[in-house]
Amino acid sequence: MRRFDYYRASSVDQAISLLDEHGEGGMLLAGGTDLLVQIKEAGLNPGYIVSLLEVDELQGLRTNRSGLRIGARTLMREVAGDAGVQSDYSALADGAGLVGSWQTRNMGTVGGNVANAAPSADTGPPLSVLGATVHIAGAGGTREVAIDDFWTGPGQTVLGASEVLTQITVTAPPANSGSFYERHTPRQIMDIAAVGTAVYVELDGDDNCTTARIALGAVAPTVMRAPNAEAAIAGGPIGEQTAAAAGAAAAAEATPISDQRGSAEFRRHLVEVMTTRSILRAAERAQG
Amino acid sequence: MAKQVFTLNVNGRDHELFTEPNQSLLEVVRDELRLTGAKEGCGTGDCGACTMVVDGQTITSCLMLAPDAAGREIKTIEGLADGEQLHPLQQAFIDHGSVQCGFCIPGMILAGVALLERNPNPTREEIRTGIAGNLCRCTGYRKIVEAIESVAGS
Repeated sequence: MRRFDYYRASSVDQAISLLDEHGEGGMLLAGGTDLLVQIKEAGLNPGYIVSLLEVDELQGLRTNRSGLRIGARTLMREVAGDAGVQSDYSALADGAGLVGSWQTRNMGTVGGNVANAAPSADTGPPLSVLGATVHIAGAGGTREVAIDDFWTGPGQTVLGASEVLTQITVTAPPANSGSFYERHTPRQIMDIAAVGTAVYVELDGDDNCTTARIALGAVAPTVMRAPNAEAAIAGGPIGEQTAAAAGAAAAAEATPISDQRGSAEFRRHLVEVMTTRSILRAAERAQG
Repeated sequence: MAKQVFTLNVNGRDHELFTEPNQSLLEVVRDELRLTGAKEGCGTGDCGACTMVVDGQTITSCLMLAPDAAGREIKTIEGLADGEQLHPLQQAFIDHGSVQCGFCIPGMILAGVALLERNPNPTREEIRTGIAGNLCRCTGYRKIVEAIESVAGS
């Protein structure tokens, strides 16, 4: 591995001051499953690494009546296996549970997945449709950013050079809601999404869809919302026809590229099929 | 950066190390501690040949910096048997002829043990996804899955 300096932070404040003090070229290390691969294979060459391993305030998740709080260093395994996440934030449990292998989920963190800003990140579309908020700490204090505004491009976020993503929060969804995430990968496991689709819906007493949020992964420079698809199901009952119309709308607004995981045309097809299916699954969960 | 001093607890024993911080746990355990059971296959966390157990959870040690493993409990395949008494899953791999070249087996067995600790009675499908992070290029997995199945529930 390339050479770099290594510091272990014991608090968020210390991580910020280490970044401040040592200046350019610093990278934060959480689980390492992305960062070390980028150093080994993709030419990333950090001058120094600040390990967040021992920053207790970044660990663990909590659900209560008002919502969900996930420390940035919470492991994928912890998110995927949490009963509260599974029942009330199902799309996020779906996404975290699909990441890599058991070994990957025992190392990889939600904060790392979000901060790495891969458009294919499996927790990206779920957090987008759940309306998550990203909490950021820096030398000047803390700030909050809506997750859809957090990513600015592949690998690019609004994080400043000496800022730390500290936690992700989600307001508790109402009882009549449901969410679902699925992805398509060329291999079943240990692969990166060619397309990911997440859907969140709220239904009223007559099963009319009152709120719809749809997000797509790996078909744009960042995770993208699909507003035309959302409009196609909002306001009425969800059935196979309306779901299919929304799927077609999502395929039209996606902007995929061709790469080794699939051609743009194939991805557009996947968006249509998977969005349609994800809408129906999210609605089933809302009714269940 | 200058070398750093840190202590790794591997298979119940503390080892004081003096290495550069860009060494992976795998490199240090193999090259410094001479425990060569864990292998480097891909070096990027895909193949699972470097699997170790850290604080009770399987990880790919090629993607963990050695200083990040300091102060944690590390178990390698060398620490699985109880003296001369093999772990039941090790014996099952022998009994079922689950090993061909052997390169993946240390990681495969640790993944299998972790699976059985999480889920003592896994279905065949759960066994396959439990070892999905461990690639074997020889066996086609059948006899590995059968070995794990044979000790399930025991």
